[in-house]
Amino acid sequence: MNKRSGGLFRFFKGTYLGLLLFFLYAPIVVMIVLSFNDAKSRARWGGFSFRWYLRLLERSDIMNALWVTVSIAVLATIVATILGTLAAIGTHAMKKGWANAMLNVAYLPMTTPDIVTGVSLMLMFVFVHMSPGYWTMLIAHIAFDTPYVLFSVMPKLQQMDPNLYEAALDLGCTPLRAVRKVILPEVMPGVVTGALLSFTMSLDDFVVSYFTSHTEKNLSMVIYSAARRGIEPSIYALSTIMFLVVLALLLIINRRSSLEEVS
Amino acid sequence: MKRSWFAGPYALWMILFTIAPLLFVVYYAFTNTQGAFSMASFLKAFDGQYLTILWRSLYLAFLCTVLCFIVGYPAAYFLASKDFSRSQTLLVLILLPMWMNFLLRTYAMMSILEDNGLLNQFLKNLGLNPISILGTQGAVLLGMVYNYVPFMILPIHTSLKKMDVRVIEAAQDLGASPVNVFRRVVFPLSIPGVISGVTMVFMPAVTTFAISRLLGSGMFLLYGDLIEKQFLELNNWNFGSSLSMIMMVLIIISIGLLNKADPKKEGSGVL
Repeated sequence: MNKRSGGLFRFFKGTYLGLLLFFLYAPIVVMIVLSFNDAKSRARWGGFSFRWYLRLLERSDIMNALWVTVSIAVLATIVATILGTLAAIGTHAMKKGWANAMLNVAYLPMTTPDIVTGVSLMLMFVFVHMSPGYWTMLIAHIAFDTPYVLFSVMPKLQQMDPNLYEAALDLGCTPLRAVRKVILPEVMPGVVTGALLSFTMSLDDFVVSYFTSHTEKNLSMVIYSAARRGIEPSIYALSTIMFLVVLALLLIINRRSSLEEVS
Repeated sequence: MKRSWFAGPYALWMILFTIAPLLFVVYYAFTNTQGAFSMASFLKAFDGQYLTILWRSLYLAFLCTVLCFIVGYPAAYFLASKDFSRSQTLLVLILLPMWMNFLLRTYAMMSILEDNGLLNQFLKNLGLNPISILGTQGAVLLGMVYNYVPFMILPIHTSLKKMDVRVIEAAQDLGASPVNVFRRVVFPLSIPGVISGVTMVFMPAVTTFAISRLLGSGMFLLYGDLIEKQFLELNNWNFGSSLSMIMMVLIIISIGLLNKADPKKEGSGVL
């Protein structure tokens, strides 16, 4: 290929990727711009304003959903991080057969369609007379978050020198102390990545929450019910905030490890 | 105390909140409202009207997967090529929407496609007639492609990047034309990535429920919508469980088939 056609091909590639980016981001950009539009109509630009953002503060359903979303994400992340990290350390020490069984079951929530995870948990909660609300939603979130922690910590354990733990035991550490002083510091980057992933997944979840809570709504559920009624500028404002928060979280995760590795 | 005991709490957790709930689905699928064994709801799922919805879901998911492949493969290929491989920002930008709330993306799409949305404003300014897209199968398909195309790009990109450049150079040195290098070397080596991309698009596309409700204005019931309806509107949990089980079995079969096509799991740069 001569230089000239190489340049043309490069131009074509750039254009293609540019168009793709346009396709992916145009709707989001439009939404962000319209969230600052003073006019209620989407057809007309009525000047820049924060009125839809201020309106959010007056909507008690949205403020409650914000509280539900954030508190569930925080609590689920804490529990999932502890459960998942312990599970990874334990699984790493297991015999191959048991470890495989453990990992395969942990993998199950990731292959099960969200809707089936949601209805299966709902069926069980109702069967044991737990009415679907805040706590059932929390349990559901822990259930789908923990595998992310487990699978973020496992590779770090596999990279670790197994002799370190043995050495700690030989030097008189109890197993508990050896885990705390030797293993935990080594796998910490994986733990943090897992925790951030859990937090993002929780903030973002719609389908599982939708089935496991009928009384409390999270922000995604508010967006869904609003979308079924039609479009509303204050939902644009809400979506813009959510987009920016998730964006910030992802940039932090990406600085820690490539997005490609964790997804 | 053995170190493997640390996995105990999560093992217990998984029995209670991963395995048990799935067993409840099986239980409800094969019982009637009185809790007695019954095949009725399971057989009902094979009635013509429900099979039509199943076919529609499979058909739309298939079209969506094909479109994502057509759009996504070149994108992954260009991103992995020398010209762009060092631009990490571009890659992150293209993969970022994967992690964003799909409702948010669907909502954004809705506001572009609706009758007095941006698309129609644009057409009006060009002096063309506005078109009504919301509520058509095309809108649902567009929304699905919009949501899932990054899931196709990521694994293909991973498998292209992992490829040994020397193999490609060897093919070039041996006189293969660029087209042949691609057809005989690059593409076959990227198949594992394509397979996991297909999995990552097809599975959520078959099981989606909110996208069709929002962009199809409720005119195009998909299998996910049907399941949701049984649980939250009609309160027919036995039938809903039967439908969920059928969906689960379909997914397991497809994962099995796709694993067979990629036995070494080379394409699994993804969890």
